[in-house]
Amino acid sequence: MFFLFLVNVSLGSVAIPLREVIQGLLFQKMSKESLEIILWNFRFPKAITAVLVGIGLSMSGLLMQTLFRNPLAGPYVLGLSSGASLGVAFIILGTGFLPTFISSFFLSNYGLVLASSLGSFLVFMAVLLFSQKLKDTMAILIVGLMFGSFTSAIVSVLSYFTTAEKLQKFTFWSMGSISNLSWNEVSFLSVFIFIGIGISFLVIKPLNALLLGEKYAQSIGINYKKTRFLIIIATSVLAGSITAFAGPIAFIGLAVPHMAKLVFQTSNHFVLFWSTLLLGAIVMLCCDTIAQVPGNDITLPINAITSVIGAPIVIWLLVRKKRF
Amino acid sequence: MSKQNFTLQTSNLSIGYKSKSETITIAKNINLGLEKGKLIALIGENGIGKSTLLKTLTGIIPPLSGEVTLLNKLLKSYTPLDLAQELSIVLTEKLPPSNLTVYEIIALGRQPYTNWLGTLSGEDKIKINEAIELTEIQHLVNKKHDEISDGQLQIALIARALTQDTSIIILDEPTTHLDLVHKAILLKLLQKLTNETGKTILYSTHDIDLAIQMSDEMIVFTSTQIVQDEPCSLIKTGIFNTLFDTKYLIFDTYIGKFKIK
Repeated sequence: MFFLFLVNVSLGSVAIPLREVIQGLLFQKMSKESLEIILWNFRFPKAITAVLVGIGLSMSGLLMQTLFRNPLAGPYVLGLSSGASLGVAFIILGTGFLPTFISSFFLSNYGLVLASSLGSFLVFMAVLLFSQKLKDTMAILIVGLMFGSFTSAIVSVLSYFTTAEKLQKFTFWSMGSISNLSWNEVSFLSVFIFIGIGISFLVIKPLNALLLGEKYAQSIGINYKKTRFLIIIATSVLAGSITAFAGPIAFIGLAVPHMAKLVFQTSNHFVLFWSTLLLGAIVMLCCDTIAQVPGNDITLPINAITSVIGAPIVIWLLVRKKRF
Repeated sequence: MSKQNFTLQTSNLSIGYKSKSETITIAKNINLGLEKGKLIALIGENGIGKSTLLKTLTGIIPPLSGEVTLLNKLLKSYTPLDLAQELSIVLTEKLPPSNLTVYEIIALGRQPYTNWLGTLSGEDKIKINEAIELTEIQHLVNKKHDEISDGQLQIALIARALTQDTSIIILDEPTTHLDLVHKAILLKLLQKLTNETGKTILYSTHDIDLAIQMSDEMIVFTSTQIVQDEPCSLIKTGIFNTLFDTKYLIFDTYIGKFKIK
């Protein structure tokens, strides 16, 4: 993973030799000053964001898969990302209707994170409500899909009434991007990821109990309501804060926990916790490195890459549908 | 018979469901006493309320009125963690899909005793191995839970309940989905467990013939009454003929079995 991190930093529209990257990391002088600027102001923040996004989304996917006892659960598939998008859409597109002093608060980082976390929280509550009525795996997925359509409908209404400039801002955001984050924003994001991961660490034991189903979990002394609440909070914070900064990123949250389960052949969350974190970071770094198209000026939207990798995994899971 | 011998007791218990608009009473005036070291079968027609009774006894739903006492302490005064150390359950429903091995399932029975991370101590491992030996499933422990048969899984889940180290184990229709041989194996195991560990075991079942042969006591749930007694005494009272409201079945008191008329 450390190696991947270095590779990710070194590749881009301007390739920086690995040796120079390590030199730069160790605060030594690099051959050109321009490289130093690229390294510290663009590449490092981006690579760290990739790691944060990777671990955050993967962890929220793992939590949701165990809570719903549904292998296809994930922040993107179940519409949490859509909910977060809606929150952001309201902020970016809708603040024109508000007085300036309020809109400037909402347009700040705090406002964005708050709105998108709230958006994903509300969608999570709704999905949870439906999932208690619908025991069927597929039905819950369809509910998630409907939330997606619902959000895009509202977004299109909002964009009809907004200015071209704001619309452009929102469109770029919704394509998903982990570059262009300042150090300030990166540290801001990392605080939220840290909170989310910390809460997840606390629920490892109850998560293992939930593998037997809700009734058994309760019979071995697990406080189900409290556990569920903690999982909802952790997932909303993780998915919400990531979506606020990096846009709705597809499939990472769904695919990575499965890779972890496949590689380690276990359901023990103590193992899965660490392996999901590790794999999440690795996969996201890989996706980002590919998105940079090494040796070329083009940068592909990160969502294109994660979807190309993630969508086949979902289909494969549905076809195989045996043990998860 | 002194009061101390009862693991679980009910007094004037009414069971049913309560919602904002209405209260549905399924049965009332239930007075049961489950003694230590006894294997007790709960029988009754489909839909009569066996599950509701079990849910009430395990504290999943509250009683409408009356009391359930576990080890001379009111059931509702237990915290979830304390209750988990005195009462364990085995259900019929399938486990959700996962990579859990049989050993991991059994080890989860130790959760009420482990720390916040769920690390197994030496004592936990001893209890787990004891349960595996008692249920004789050493050859299964490394298999994934969906690689073994329904009967084997049922026994693994009983082993899980054993490691929970409780005074009473309540099983919801453990013999369903099993063939006759595995029904017999399972009931023999339950009988052995009550004898060797002194635990109280209550199970609901539709296999009345087997229950009559294998249980120390039976609780017969009919639409008019709920009676607890030893199988032989129950046969003498003729209660089995009131069990089902049908003209097709008759209970033969001589061989202790139902016959089709």
